Formats: sequence, structure tokens, C-alpha cells
Amino acid sequence: MPYALREALAAFRRTPVLTGLSSAMVALALFVTGLFGLATHNIRRAIEQVEQRVEIVAYIRDDAGRAEVAVAEDEIRALPEVLEVRYFSKDDALEVARRELPEFQEILAGVDVNPLPASMEIQLRPGSRTQENVSALVARMSAYPFVEEVRYGREWLDKVFLMRRVGAAAAGVLGSGFAVAGVLIVGTAVRIAIFARREEIQVMRLVGARDSFIRGPFLLEGLLTGLMGSLGAAALTYVTYVTVRYSLFNVAWIPGAWVGGGIAVGALLGVLASLISVRRYLEGA
Amino acid sequence: MIKLTNVSKEYPRRGLALTDVSFHVRKGEFVFLTGHSGAGKTSTLRLIHMAERPTSGEVRVSGFSSERTRDSEIWKLRRKVGFVFQDFRLLPHRTASENVAFALEVTGAPRREVRMRVQRLLTQVGLSAKAEAYVHELSGGEQQRVAIARALATEPLVLLADEPTGNLDEFATRGIIDLFRDINRLGMVVVTATHDLGLVRSYPDARVMEMKEGTIVYDSARLE
Repeated sequence: MPYALREALAAFRRTPVLTGLSSAMVALALFVTGLFGLATHNIRRAIEQVEQRVEIVAYIRDDAGRAEVAVAEDEIRALPEVLEVRYFSKDDALEVARRELPEFQEILAGVDVNPLPASMEIQLRPGSRTQENVSALVARMSAYPFVEEVRYGREWLDKVFLMRRVGAAAAGVLGSGFAVAGVLIVGTAVRIAIFARREEIQVMRLVGARDSFIRGPFLLEGLLTGLMGSLGAAALTYVTYVTVRYSLFNVAWIPGAWVGGGIAVGALLGVLASLISVRRYLEGA
Repeated sequence: MIKLTNVSKEYPRRGLALTDVSFHVRKGEFVFLTGHSGAGKTSTLRLIHMAERPTSGEVRVSGFSSERTRDSEIWKLRRKVGFVFQDFRLLPHRTASENVAFALEVTGAPRREVRMRVQRLLTQVGLSAKAEAYVHELSGGEQQRVAIARALATEPLVLLADEPTGNLDEFATRGIIDLFRDINRLGMVVVTATHDLGLVRSYPDARVMEMKEGTIVYDSARLE
């Protein structure tokens, strides 16, 4: 076993409480980040699902001619942000109502005149479902003389867009906040580890060990601490995910790339923090 | 081997510690550096070990110059210049042989050689019987012997000792200085800083340099 690894492992053995505590602190910092990742991922999924349902419905006057509606339909369909345009005649609407609203079946069966209007349903392409596009399309639809009313769940949609903006801002602020906290905690843990081994460092410098050799075990220790911490954090996050999923509500697990990235970031933070601490100590010694 | 030329050292708060110090120690010499505390003995040793750089003048040690040696190369000098302290500076919670092995391992000695060389070094300082004793189980004199074995691990050309017997009784003190003499007879330069004039007098063939207020006020080599 190479010297650096042997010494790094020996440090864990000599001061198990200290290194355990360091790893636990790293785990805690990354666990908070992991929880946030879990929340962010699920909010994003929820928003995507809601966005898929962004739909504009134009109700058409009973006196409108089918031909002029068909022309408008083609115009709308030609727009780049539009994914699909579907026309529902009065009969279609009645049939859907009969099928999907069984409790009204008797009432609907009894009427001679169909009270439901014909309608045009427009779906936007994913990525074009912005507030601006929706507003522009609503304005355009309203301008057709045969359109009675345009509905698009205005308040609801506005809330979704707001939620997404707040979500992005919160992710930025909290994410970077926790990253800074993580670096500080790892850095402190490594500084404590270096302090615990300051006598060894002094002896190494005294007898003529190379600086890179002196750094080696500490960098490895930082790497292992970061790695253990981030694995612990991943495990804690997973336990939380399972608990929420089976006792509260259905959530999705974070994508594998996020987990891998998080573990790599934890290991990297460990190395970086110990690099800074060791360099500072060696310059000061 | 060691050459100081017009060396001065000034500390930001303490002021001038050394003023225009010049001397030359040749291969095979055995030197006592004497003087009261604060006379500049420790500063001189630290400059030779390049733990510090002179404010002016030049320190040359075995081909390394204080003017040209970069910080990143000082480890090379340290392997040629061993150092022992009054307070030993051993690693606690380790045995005598582990302390010596540590110095060998961190300076890149091949692993299969470490055990054998540790044994040889501890035998050289007369401590082979206590190789597996922990530091706290050893007497002061024995601890200093471990520190000397550690300093010899890199097979240096020079051994510097800063008040190495300051914490030892008379008997242990004689043992340590006798050990230094043995090491010196093998060809190594030994420079021992001490304020113990009685000790210095009992080695009449040693070169003695006396320091006072940061200058060399007496050098037995200059009288010859």
C-alpha cells in the first residue's frame, strides 16, 4: 500500500471520532443539498406536467360558418409555436360530456337542443409554452369574429410561471449557499485534521520530506472524507425519498447523473478544502 | 561545508539578532557554539538549516546558497543537514523505531530497507534494546538518542544540535556529547549550541565559538 494511503487510513484509525465527525459534517451539508435536489427535481417534473396541459380553448359562436373556422384553424396551425389544433363540433362536445360526465347523463339525454358550443383546442410546443406566447395567441384568437370566448386557466397558468421563477431563484440562492457552507465545513474539518497532525508535518519538514509528499496524505484524507460524506448524504437522501414516497406522497428519485455529480462534487470539495488548508499551513510553518 | 559571510538577521519585532557574522566550518569539524540565551545561537543554527533567510549576507551549506536556493528545494538541503532540539520533538504515541522509521519513510527510503536501517541507526545511538518502547517509556537521554537516530536517518553531512542536553542530567549529557563525538569521527560535521561552559571545557579538542549580542566574540580556530 502506498505511503499516502497508509497514512490517510492511519489518520482515520488514530482519530476515529474526529474524522467521523468531519465526514458527518460533510454528509450533513450534502444531505441538505440532496434534499434540495430532490425537491427541485420534483417541482420541475410537476411544472413540466402542468405545462403539458397548457391549452388554449376558443369557444365558437353557434352562428359561425364551418368554412371560416376551418380557415382560421389552418392559420393557427401554421404558427411555429403551435403543436396541435383540434376542432370539436357541438356534437363532439355533447358526446364527450355524455362520456365523461355520467352524472349528467339523464339531463343531457333529455334535451332536444344541444346547449354546448363548438370549440377549438390549441396545444403549444414544449419550450414555447411561455406566458408571452400564451398571451399573444389568446389575443389573436379573441380577434376572430366567430370566437365567443377564449379560456386558458389564466390565474392557474400565471401561478405556474411564477412558481417556476421562484423555484429557479431559490435553487440558485440556496444551492450556492449550501455549497459555500459545504466548503467551509470541509475546510474546517481538514484544518482540524492538520492541526491534529502538526507534529508529523514539523518532523517531515525537519528531515526533508518533499512538500508534495507532505500534502499527499492530507489530500487523500480530504478525498476520502468528502467521498464518505457524500456517500452518506446520498444514502440519507435515499432514505428520505423512500420514507416520503411510501408514507406521504409519490415523488420521483433524483436522476442518476445528479447523484453521481453530487458524490463527485463532495470528493472534489474534500480535496479542494484540504489543498487550501495544507497550502496555508505549509506556508505558515 | 558551512560558510557564513557577513550575515545579519533582523526580525520585525525583536530587532537585530545577528550582526555581520562570518565563519567557516570545514569537513570533519566538531564545533561548540556557546553564549548566553539571546546571544544568537539558535538564529545561527536556523539560518544554516535554512528555516530562515539572512537579512543580508550569504549562508552556504554543502553547495546550497541562501541567495539561490528556492523554497521548493530546501528539502534537498534538509536531507544533508540533520537537526536535534532541546525538547527532542519526537512523535508521541509511537515507539522509538516507529519514530526513526517515519523519517526514512517520508524521505522515500525503499520499504524493504526501512526495518534494517532503523535497527542499524538505533544500534548506532546505543538504543537497540529499547526499539519497541514507546516515547513516554523512555528517559530524557534515551529520547534524545531516538531524535539523533532520526536526524541521522538521511545520512546527513552535518548535524546541528540546539541545546541538546538542556533537559538532561550530567550523566545523560556526557552520553549524548560522547555520541556526537563518535558520529563526528565518522566524518560528519557536528555543531552543538550550548550555554554549558563546563561541558565545553571537557572537550578541549573541540572548536569553540562564543557569541554575544549577535556577533562572534571568540573563535578558538582563529587563535591557531
